[in-house]
Amino acid sequence: MADSPTSPPPPEKKQSPLDRLLTSPVWRSIFRHGYEDTPRNRVLQVSANVWLHLHPSKTRRHGIRYRHTWCAGGLTFLLYLVTVVTGVVLMFYYRPVQEYAYWDVKYLDFDVPFGFLMRNMHRWAAHGMVLFIWLHMFRVFMTGSYKPPREFNWVVGVNLLVLTLLLSFTGYLLPWDQLAIWAVTVGTNMARATPLLGHQGPLGPQLGMTARYDARSFLTAGTLVGAPTLLRFYVLHCIFIPIIASVLMILHFWRIRKDGGISGPL
Amino acid sequence: MAETLAPIDSGLQAEEVKVTAGKKRAAALESLPDKVHTWPYLVRAEFIAGCVLILFLMIWSVTIDAPMEEPANPTKTPNPSKAPWYFLGLQEMLVYFDPWFAGVVAPSLIIVGLMVIPYVDINPNGNGYYTWRERKFAVGVFLFGFLVQWCSQIVIGVFLRGPGWNFFLPGQFWDPHKVVAMTNVDLPYLLGARTEVSQMLVGMALVAAYFSLIPLVWLLFKDRPVMKQLGAIRYGVVSFLFFTQMGIVVKMILRWTLSVKYIMVIPNIVNI
Ligand code: HEM
Repeated sequence: MADSPTSPPPPEKKQSPLDRLLTSPVWRSIFRHGYEDTPRNRVLQVSANVWLHLHPSKTRRHGIRYRHTWCAGGLTFLLYLVTVVTGVVLMFYYRPVQEYAYWDVKYLDFDVPFGFLMRNMHRWAAHGMVLFIWLHMFRVFMTGSYKPPREFNWVVGVNLLVLTLLLSFTGYLLPWDQLAIWAVTVGTNMARATPLLGHQGPLGPQLGMTARYDARSFLTAGTLVGAPTLLRFYVLHCIFIPIIASVLMILHFWRIRKDGGISGPL
Repeated sequence: MAETLAPIDSGLQAEEVKVTAGKKRAAALESLPDKVHTWPYLVRAEFIAGCVLILFLMIWSVTIDAPMEEPANPTKTPNPSKAPWYFLGLQEMLVYFDPWFAGVVAPSLIIVGLMVIPYVDINPNGNGYYTWRERKFAVGVFLFGFLVQWCSQIVIGVFLRGPGWNFFLPGQFWDPHKVVAMTNVDLPYLLGARTEVSQMLVGMALVAAYFSLIPLVWLLFKDRPVMKQLGAIRYGVVSFLFFTQMGIVVKMILRWTLSVKYIMVIPNIVNI
């Protein structure tokens, strides 16, 4: 990009306190570039900022329109961040133990300052994430953005979709109320019908699957949804799946750039 | 976003147009460069969208509490027991199929099916913009699957299924004692097969006949340019997924019209 023409020498004027702050050595040590609205600074604002440099410094015009992306991918990510932040707060109070789990959540709801807000936001942001990831997938499909060169990023996306659903599903159990255990019972019951690997699935019994030893007991750590399931789902929910999902998100974002930025008419 | 942000003398090229509507705006847009600075144009759009979403989430979370029922009680099964809403499309499939299909094979095929889309859709048109005309088949199948087979089934599961997974209209009392006659019969029986073995053979023949449409369509149309481009392998993958997807619809229709329970029964092994 052509460098900006040097602007005419600024007219002498008194420095305001804001100007003095913005030119102070401390400020300049944090933000290396000036704040004046010049093409150079507009680029640096993005490329010299660790968070913003996920973006290219220039974007194709149609890509910034809401009607192209619906912002759905970005908002999915934002909702994910909300669940991470609120989720860490919840972890300070929640113990994944059969005797405590329910009452810890009650405590959060009624006694912990802003605990109810953290829990509500965590819950609703998780639901919102499922909704927005579907919207995002829908929009990516409708704009044909999975076509070359973005095939692989679509595959990464489908994996993220599965992980998002698993995150939601494992979290569903943690309040350990009636809703939780029965929804998870219904869900995990499916696994015992897995062909070959479930004790009620096609050819499962013939292959020696039993209620104690099949795909379902692998998920629930036992023959029913009980204390071991709670611990298992807790670890999956708070550690295992978030790590994998985060890694895949990094890959997803990196690939968007490497695949030539946001898709668009050629 | 009407005004130009930067004073002209700062050396910035104009990146936005002042005219807000009409042909003039279109003409003015034409003359602008294809790329704009991410800061402020994209970052601003994202910031606004993010603020709106967070505001909405905050208000929602302050006013509506996350659900919390009685403590878990493994001896007290609620009726109905529903999976989380995003899985209710699958739970709804349990009405029509056994768990091995509704709960395991169908979701696996959905995931695999989604993943292969970019590799089997070789239509180069419609890359990066909305179009219906240039990719009718792809968009049609996707819309049907997503809206009709997924989203609408979720709506049914959330709002219209009550105790015993029976169907209730909105506002209707969820009567836990509602009696629904179990009159479903297997399709081979309807077709006159009366012994277990003959029923099994008829069922297998029906399923085989349905899926033999795949090679049949190939043989009939393989000289068409589309099919030539697609090639046998991609055609096989697409048509297997497509016929399975539509097979679900076929069975649902058979249930509604002829009260068909199963199309194929292989005792103790697998029912479809
Ligand atoms: C945790 C989940 C996900 C996050 C945080 C995420 C985030 C994003 C973001 C921020 C973009 C940039 C454009 C936009 O906002 O639309 C994007 C693009 C893209 N996403 Fe996702 N995404 C996720 C899941 C998915 C899924 C489920 C799919 C597909 C099945 C997918 C496929 C794609 C593709 C192909 C692009 C490139 C689109 C283009 O260039 O127009 N992503 N994603």
